[in-house]
Amino acid sequence: MTATVPAAPRVIYQRPARLTDVSTRYCPGCGHGIIHRLVAEVLEDLGVDGRTIAVAPVGCSVFAYEYLGYDWCEAPHGRAPAVATGIRRVRPDAFVLTYQGDGDLAAIGTGEIVHAAARGELITAIFVNNGIYGMTGGQMAPTTLVGQRTTSSPTGRDVRAAGYPVPMTEMLAVLPGVAFAARGSIADPSAIGKTKAYIRKACEAQIRGEGFAVVEVLSNCPVGWGMTAQESIRYLQDVVVQTYPLGVLADRRAGAQSGAARPGTPPGTARHAENRPAGQEA
Amino acid sequence: MTTVPPPVEDPSFSLAGTREPPRRVLMKGNEAIAEAAIQAGCDAYFGYPITPQAELLEWMAKRMPEEGRAFVQAESELGAINMALGAGAAGARVLVSSSGPGVSLMAEAMSYMAGSEVPMVLINVMRGGPGLGSIGPSQSDYFQAVKGHGHGDYRVPVLAPSSLGEAMEMVATAFELAEHYRTPVIILADGIMGQAMEPVEQHYRTPPRQTASWALTGADGREPRVVRSLHLAPEELEEHNAHLQEKFRAIAEHEVRWAGERLDDADLVIVAYGTAARVARTAIARARAAGLRVGLFRPISLWPFPSAELAGVADRTRGLLVVELSAGQMVEDVRLAVAGKVPVAFEGRTGGMVPSPDEVVEALRELDATGSSRRARRVRRRPPIPVSGADHMHPHEPMAEPETGHDALSIFGDDAWMPHWYTVPVPTHPTRNGRGRGHGRNGSAERRRGDEGGTR
Repeated sequence: MTATVPAAPRVIYQRPARLTDVSTRYCPGCGHGIIHRLVAEVLEDLGVDGRTIAVAPVGCSVFAYEYLGYDWCEAPHGRAPAVATGIRRVRPDAFVLTYQGDGDLAAIGTGEIVHAAARGELITAIFVNNGIYGMTGGQMAPTTLVGQRTTSSPTGRDVRAAGYPVPMTEMLAVLPGVAFAARGSIADPSAIGKTKAYIRKACEAQIRGEGFAVVEVLSNCPVGWGMTAQESIRYLQDVVVQTYPLGVLADRRAGAQSGAARPGTPPGTARHAENRPAGQEA
Repeated sequence: MTTVPPPVEDPSFSLAGTREPPRRVLMKGNEAIAEAAIQAGCDAYFGYPITPQAELLEWMAKRMPEEGRAFVQAESELGAINMALGAGAAGARVLVSSSGPGVSLMAEAMSYMAGSEVPMVLINVMRGGPGLGSIGPSQSDYFQAVKGHGHGDYRVPVLAPSSLGEAMEMVATAFELAEHYRTPVIILADGIMGQAMEPVEQHYRTPPRQTASWALTGADGREPRVVRSLHLAPEELEEHNAHLQEKFRAIAEHEVRWAGERLDDADLVIVAYGTAARVARTAIARARAAGLRVGLFRPISLWPFPSAELAGVADRTRGLLVVELSAGQMVEDVRLAVAGKVPVAFEGRTGGMVPSPDEVVEALRELDATGSSRRARRVRRRPPIPVSGADHMHPHEPMAEPETGHDALSIFGDDAWMPHWYTVPVPTHPTRNGRGRGHGRNGSAERRRGDEGGTR
């Protein structure tokens, strides 16, 4: 027997630098914490922390600026993609992210997200879909499942009155301006790993100037759904994915099999001072 | 004094337009204003087509990319104004233009920008309303600009040019105000100003940048910055509102702008802004030729309104005539300013119609002769429409005296649960008629007698 010399201690898991060390306002069992962490890990890995400008939605994650240490701009309800467009067009070197819930992105902000995607804006949208308006007390969202009970569909979502769930990411995926669109989940470690890979690809698409990218993340709302945290995770795994199947919905990145990417900064973007023609400096 | 940050040059947005010697050229209003904005250092323009401002968008579509600056034709006015919010938060000098129906959609983001202190300049080339209205020139968005748009306690500076040259200079001033006070600024133009061609001198001015100390650039080697209007704790929001109010007081104190013409010997004074002031100028020349000594008081900042200055002018006159391309909006601020010291008559047309100089002269003659205007009628009130099935709520009956006699909040019932801060007892004051709380017949009759409409 030979004595083994222990290897020098190696960090295999730690808090990302930009994930602030505070208690969140989220309910116990809520998925936002996991998704915040995934975003922080990916942006740190990609080295864009210091040039990230993020746009906060209206909804439970309105306080995201307290938990993720980037520059943040608050947007009116649903308008985050327009606000992000404005930022990206005047700060072409910035990394611009929107973090939106399903009420924000799929209801009141439908116009803004569709046209940001159609323009192929170089922004990345993290779309957290828990099928409910959590912050205001668990009302029905456009993404609420058929038959699902909420405080504003007390007998369950009735398609005759309230229509069908809106598959937002599938709708965005058909637009040629979308470089990458995928749907992940936070239901188990395997799904979380895949979701992180999707977020990474969606961020890389922006960094390489390939177009708009969106990752829908199926999440839970134990309080809004009237379930325990464990029940809500099982509901996510067994029921929610029936309506919202997981996987990559569009991949038009350079090197991807389908479609054509169009890398580069679009016209109608402000040049930075150093790129402006000589003689135009104040 | 306010806590406005000192001017700081932002090196990443330090561009100046091509400098050429002033030339006198004939330009269409919308295009001249757009070019003036470019020369004033506008970094980003966001818009949506609407008559009568569409040429402004078209000019920007061509010129902004040529200059290497940001331009987006948005999917809606909601999109345009929120792009402006983002670009403004990132420290850029931003212009947005629209007309009434589009500005209504922008109301939401105006409130957010006022709350989160994002600078931006919005040009409203006003058309006739309400609703889709008409595409003719109008001044019917005075209330919207000066008193209205979004929710919450806030004000934004409103500037009103009355010539194209003034509008071009005003764009630079508006950018300067917006950045100095960190606020949206509205330029209130109208369809005539946007569509007419006038000879203009092309002097341009690029004010220094003032956004570097707070703009979002990415938190590299510094603390993260957050541009937000959300302050969930009531104490925190009240403190934020106090800061905003302090800023509004500073603007009201320092940023009053107005112009006077032929006021020295004036018996009567026309109060008008924008295109109405141009009509008034012609009317004044005709009235003076006919022997009436008339002057012009032209507010340039509609908020802050030049109330004290107007009151000073009113002291030396026999009456004021307010001329607007509206049913009478600024006239309310004029009456507040002069507080009944002199008669205030009104002459206005709506729907895209413009009062003719002769109509204005006629109104001046009427004011001269009667101390009133033909449009000021005595109002004969009839009782309000009764509320069916709710006799106890009839507006002419006194409200029942609460049994307890002192808790004004007993309307919620004794059993109602209220947070503790709702249940502070309110002492009762005896009312004049001894029956109710001043809602009785006597009070109503007094109010009716005192509110007869018209001027005096």
